[in-house]
Amino acid sequence: MRMVLYQTLAALVIIIVFSAASVAGSDKVLIEDAWSRASIGTSRPGVAYMKIRNTGDVAVTLKGISTDVALKPQIHRTSTNNQGVSSMAQVGEIEIVPGETVTLEPGGLHAMLMGLQRIMKEGESFFMTLAFSDGGEVAVEIPILSIAARGPES
Amino acid sequence: MRQRRLLEYGVFGIAAISFILFVGWWRVDGPGAPEPSDRHPLDFPAMEFRLTDHAGNAVGPEVLTGRATMVFFGFTFCPDVCPTTLSDISSWLEMMGEDSDQLNVIFITVDPERDTVDAMAEYVGYFDANIRGWTGTNEQIAVAADMFRVTYEKVPTDGEDYTMNHTASVFLFKADGQFSGAIDYHETRETAVPKIRRAMTEKEEVPQ
Ligand SMILES: [Cu+2]
Repeated sequence: MRMVLYQTLAALVIIIVFSAASVAGSDKVLIEDAWSRASIGTSRPGVAYMKIRNTGDVAVTLKGISTDVALKPQIHRTSTNNQGVSSMAQVGEIEIVPGETVTLEPGGLHAMLMGLQRIMKEGESFFMTLAFSDGGEVAVEIPILSIAARGPES
Repeated sequence: MRQRRLLEYGVFGIAAISFILFVGWWRVDGPGAPEPSDRHPLDFPAMEFRLTDHAGNAVGPEVLTGRATMVFFGFTFCPDVCPTTLSDISSWLEMMGEDSDQLNVIFITVDPERDTVDAMAEYVGYFDANIRGWTGTNEQIAVAADMFRVTYEKVPTDGEDYTMNHTASVFLFKADGQFSGAIDYHETRETAVPKIRRAMTEKEEVPQ
């Protein structure tokens, strides 16, 4: 009886391990051109940008982000209406279909880093983890550029 | 007696309905209707406001005449749009080389509670040296924004934090203070720089 139980448990473990390994999707996500701007102190929110590319053949859904530099990191979208008024709002989950790239860039989607835990110093970098709905996580190292930087190369 | 009361109710009801209809008309078609999106700033000579620049000097529209001017509104706790506008402007000025010294570049905060003179001084110090930061009291900022036909609004985020929605266009004025045009948020250098040059060259035609 006990033997049967062990065998069943072993089988279950194998199934769990196997299914975790076969989680398709987020393991095919590539993060490119990540960058952020230096902060002045810690009272103002920070910001980070990047390209999130789905190189796999199933859709992936970005659920959220986390990082040790900020207590409340969120994905936001800036929009400007026909009166020229800009506003920001948190976006929910972002689906990325196969072959598609979602770009976080100035004036559009951005990782808003609220509750900075330390000063974001130019020349340094920090890590961010992107969590996907298949349970996978992708970590990215983000270089901190000048406060006046306009893109990943400046 | 009873009929009299009914009549009173009736009159009151009709008055109330008329009032509601009138308010609706006022706000939608009447004088209270929101103005269309082509509202643009007054010319400097028609403006009246007092602010303080990031060096602590008292300033107003009169200090801007004599040179072409670029004005935009924002706030320093803005992570995305404002640093992007400031660095866009810095890159336009860089592209214009020495000519950019003949230009006033003014960043007016819509968040005077957090953007004190010192906060403005620190912030603009990270961008092109031509950029001046102006702040004031809540009332002073409200008056200035109105002269530029700029709108802004405080939006609470979680906790005690807040962010600001605001007009993000860059306004251009000729040397005589006349409004010359606007550069929309995130316009490319290729279209922005010619607009700035136009505002600047229009100045030379005036004195002759
Ligand atoms: Cu944001």
